[in-house]
Amino acid sequence: MKEPSFEEAMTRLEEIIQQLEDGEAELDQTLSLFEEGVKLSKLSHKRLESAEKKIELLVKKEGKKLERRPVEDDGEELPLLDEVE
Amino acid sequence: MALPDLLDSAQRQVYTVSALTREIREHLESGYPDVWVEGEVSNLRRPASGHIYFTLKDEKAQLRAVLFKMSAALLRFDLEDGLKVLVRGRVTVYEPRGEYQISVSHVEPMGLGPLELAFQQTCERLEKEGLFDEGRKRPLPFLPERIGIVTSPTGAAIRDMLRVLYDRFPTLKVLIAPVRVQGKGAAREIARAVENLNQQKDVDVIIAGRGGGSIEDLWAFNEETVARAIFSSRVPVISAVGHEIDFTIADFVADVRAPTPTAAAEMAVPEIEVLADRVGELDQRLASIAAAQIRSHRRDLSALMERRPFRRPVSVIHEWQQEVDDRVEELVAAVRRNLSASRLGVDSASRQLLAAAPRETVVRLRTRALALQQALVRSVSHRALLTRERFSALTHRLDAASPLSVLGRGFSICRQLPDLKVLKKASAALPGGDVRVDLTRGHLICGVKEVHPKEGVFERTEL
Repeated sequence: MKEPSFEEAMTRLEEIIQQLEDGEAELDQTLSLFEEGVKLSKLSHKRLESAEKKIELLVKKEGKKLERRPVEDDGEELPLLDEVE
Repeated sequence: MALPDLLDSAQRQVYTVSALTREIREHLESGYPDVWVEGEVSNLRRPASGHIYFTLKDEKAQLRAVLFKMSAALLRFDLEDGLKVLVRGRVTVYEPRGEYQISVSHVEPMGLGPLELAFQQTCERLEKEGLFDEGRKRPLPFLPERIGIVTSPTGAAIRDMLRVLYDRFPTLKVLIAPVRVQGKGAAREIARAVENLNQQKDVDVIIAGRGGGSIEDLWAFNEETVARAIFSSRVPVISAVGHEIDFTIADFVADVRAPTPTAAAEMAVPEIEVLADRVGELDQRLASIAAAQIRSHRRDLSALMERRPFRRPVSVIHEWQQEVDDRVEELVAAVRRNLSASRLGVDSASRQLLAAAPRETVVRLRTRALALQQALVRSVSHRALLTRERFSALTHRLDAASPLSVLGRGFSICRQLPDLKVLKKASAALPGGDVRVDLTRGHLICGVKEVHPKEGVFERTEL
């Protein structure tokens, strides 16, 4: 199953909290809601924290094939993607 | 006067058609090598050759015009019937038809600039096709996984955008598709870059733009090819061209129009602090609701524990034991009932057995046993009688011989103390010693004052 997007995770987390705050869930359901909520929270934190700043450049190899390479230095002179034919 | 001259054949100068046409051509072409003509376009034709044929006209006259392919390619706008234009060209003669025309090298619309016109025309066309429909515009992702940027690698725009993006969201991922944003071929590069970024799976929003400039500088973003690339994009596109006032066709097609590249960057990502705050707030709510739920369940549990079975487990056990006991008793009773039933069976069996025994033998044996028993009793009681009689006689004799009976007659027994040796002779007693004198009733402890071994029993003793 595809991981939810940040927004989906937040929306679902809000739903879960609302449901729990309403206090109408059965114990079993409460536990599974907690579990899900904690997972979503972790996922959201991961989205905010884990990824490193990453700039990549789209380049064409041997005229056609698209490749990506990291840009090490923001001041680097970047080649053009496509030359005029 | 002149007439005879004309009739004089020697005076005649006769041209062939070709020669005259050639001469006219030379005149016209050398006479009008570079002219500007204004008029209205009509009767426009575009054959497959790529050349464009039309007629320029005003109220009173018409002029054929041709725009050869090479020049036609340079046009920014579309020539169309009814358009008032100013053309520059040279007059040429097409000899096979004997027609003259103007061969146009440059066309500009009257009243507004060619780019403005082109802009107008492209807008009308694309709008009619639905490329600007509001309904097809897609929302931007709340938090993009990777932002694709189509812009010049050298301009200020890319630096501004990266700065803003990373200020807002330090862990952002960006993929740059560096292109030229102005000059010949720029539009095609931009369009291709948009397509290329669309092939990158993780890119979920694209910013296409450049810094501000003249309408000429921004022109690539007004070209149809860019508009169509944006229209076909799988992911939402933010147009980010110029400084506020200039609108481009890319702006109209894009899902979101940003007035500047910086603004586009701000639209593309939320601020990480805001998100972190929101996640943190949700975390806290989750944690506190968790704590509250746990408290509540603990209360429920305590309430349950307060109930008798948990509070007094021993009494429960006792109850159970009692029940077990009851059951056991029932069981025992049941077993007993079974047993007594069995016993009845045994009794009757033994009775049957007895009944079946040889009766005469039993009776005889029993009679004999009885006789023996009686004989035994008789024998024993006779002997007991004899013994009792003998014992009685002996007792009488013993009685007569008893010192007690002698004492009864006034005699007493004197025994030396402490060994209680009976004193039969006075000489056996020790003077100063003690003796015990037993009478019929009671006894005396006496001291021996004197011993007189020789005197008879009834001699007077001088006290």
